[in-house]
Amino acid sequence: MIEIDAVTRRFGENTVLDGVSLVAEEGSFLALLGPSGCGKSTLLRLIAGLDDPDAGCVRIKGRDIAGLSAVERNVAMVFQSYALYPHLTVAENIGLPLAMRELSRIDRSPLGRLFPASRVRRSDTQARVKKVAASVGISDLLNRKPGALSGGQKQRVALARALVRDPSVFLLDEPLSNLDAKLRVQMRAEIVALNRATGRTFVHVTHDQVEAMSMADRVAVMLGGRVAQFGTPRQLYETPASRDVAAFVGTHPITFVPGPQSGGLHPIFHNVGIAAPGGPVITGIRPEHLTPAPHGPITGRLHTIEYQGAEMLLNVICDGGITLRATATGDWQPPAPGSEIHLACAPAHLHVFNAASGKRLETTHTGAPSCA
Amino acid sequence: MRLSRTSRSTLTDIWLAGPATLAMIVLIFIPVVIVALMSFTDYQFGARSFNWIGGQNYIVMLTDPTARRAVTNTLVYAAIVIPASIFLGLIVALGLHRLAQKSPRFASGLRAAYFLPVAATIVAMAVVWQMLLHPSLGLVNQLLAAVGQQGPAWLSDRGLVLYTLTVIGIWQSVGYNMVLFLAGLAAIPEDLYDAAQLDGAGSGWNRFWTVTWPMLGPTTLFVTVITATGAFRVFETVATLTKGGPAFASDVLVYAMYREGFVYFKAGYSSALTIVFFLLVLLVTALKFGILEKKVHYR
Repeated sequence: MIEIDAVTRRFGENTVLDGVSLVAEEGSFLALLGPSGCGKSTLLRLIAGLDDPDAGCVRIKGRDIAGLSAVERNVAMVFQSYALYPHLTVAENIGLPLAMRELSRIDRSPLGRLFPASRVRRSDTQARVKKVAASVGISDLLNRKPGALSGGQKQRVALARALVRDPSVFLLDEPLSNLDAKLRVQMRAEIVALNRATGRTFVHVTHDQVEAMSMADRVAVMLGGRVAQFGTPRQLYETPASRDVAAFVGTHPITFVPGPQSGGLHPIFHNVGIAAPGGPVITGIRPEHLTPAPHGPITGRLHTIEYQGAEMLLNVICDGGITLRATATGDWQPPAPGSEIHLACAPAHLHVFNAASGKRLETTHTGAPSCA
Repeated sequence: MRLSRTSRSTLTDIWLAGPATLAMIVLIFIPVVIVALMSFTDYQFGARSFNWIGGQNYIVMLTDPTARRAVTNTLVYAAIVIPASIFLGLIVALGLHRLAQKSPRFASGLRAAYFLPVAATIVAMAVVWQMLLHPSLGLVNQLLAAVGQQGPAWLSDRGLVLYTLTVIGIWQSVGYNMVLFLAGLAAIPEDLYDAAQLDGAGSGWNRFWTVTWPMLGPTTLFVTVITATGAFRVFETVATLTKGGPAFASDVLVYAMYREGFVYFKAGYSSALTIVFFLLVLLVTALKFGILEKKVHYR
């Protein structure tokens, strides 16, 4: 279990982490999601012991790790650049953490071959290197240098180097962003399987919301050095805590429609069947929740269509010049552009935020008929 | 007339590479061949004729104590200057690299100071050294006198003069090596140091051998080649400070070459010295690339 308690980190005038608190249960998969510069990598380095917080503390398994070295924390880290040692073979790269921990300087030197005890220790680490290499499928690469490997192979070597010492925590810093799209999907599944197989706590830093949502048990959305929302992927998607979280999470960008200054929803949503509390609000609606329906409560004119095979994205212009994005299934027969269409959505899919603070507001059902 | 695409691109190739190749052939390769031929003659500058004398010049070189002195002096000079200036250059670069993170201004000031001997004209600097090392008036011996020591005659003591020149040679090349090593250090990705720290190689000693030294491999190879050729070519300090003396105690190959050729006009003998020098540098360079290239890991 990792507990991060009110951690603050400043670089000069710049506050990179501002009172961040998070908990990752033992064996769980935590994702830190945010745009670049939000402090997620800094937080990972604080857990790793590569950096120290200015305030607050980090506990691993209930133990305050301030003052413990990176080695004593027994954490393993996989870097975006893989950070393999270019002059060592794959086997030596994987074996380095073992050699540094368990072998003396004499054991590691070429002189070590002369001593029987050193030979035993060396062959023991070599056996473990072989075993872990086999578990990530790189047994045939052990004698190569990193320069001769593809991105995906380097990634596996980096994972093997993390696995070999059986750490209590795995830290992954954007490990998939240098891979091509197909390999990324495959490695996503493999890393999650690794989490289940080892039963260790994983902390995964990423700017890709799909990665965070599909891999993690819990996601912390970090914006501007603070945790904007911490919850399961489903909570983030279904009940985003703020306008910024709603904008960051989701495959298709959410559409925001500001309401009138006098308060309440924009008139185009009046027939959906919900009411917002007083004061100016902004309504968010995801394109995938807005679909054409013959008697839908929202009316507009079809502007453009983006056909994508399984679905199509519609741009619909409503009263007041508001452009809504909606989706239809790929086999939908669209009317001619410019004709009037009706759109429907479930009341629960309208997200209402305070226009000033951006915080989520609870809505009330008015019971009016909504979906057709 | 229209040329085909391939012959046009061939013309472009010749136009781009031709002038430099021509200059190399005229200014380097042909002179080397002429010098090699001349080394088998008794030709003197200005003479109207010459005789082929076979390997006579080379035999003189092997038997004449003066010539042997020049060769051994050059080897001793190189054997001290090469390792010392590489090692010191690396130490200074490591120190400045760390210092730059704490106080960048101080570090860049020091860097300029170390680089000064590289940028300055060595002939002018030699005058400064001559004043510093003057047996009675020089600052070095004044300081020694202040602590009650009798300073030696740095540049006129037969047993000492070569080593004095090596110190100046080291001072001259440390700055250049340092700049090259600094560039090499700056190119090492921080991630590797982070990984080393997590892998248990975070202490200064392990960090250096796990990351810094291997990653500096290409830089070290380059620095070694540059320093070695520089050391074998030592001339300016000898010519300005000692003229090879006293009694040939600081005579070196290139200075002997100059003296025999341009003072005594013995072009044939000077050519033979040149060929020996040329072979020496070629041999060292070939050895270095042959041995070190295999052990260096380019990223």
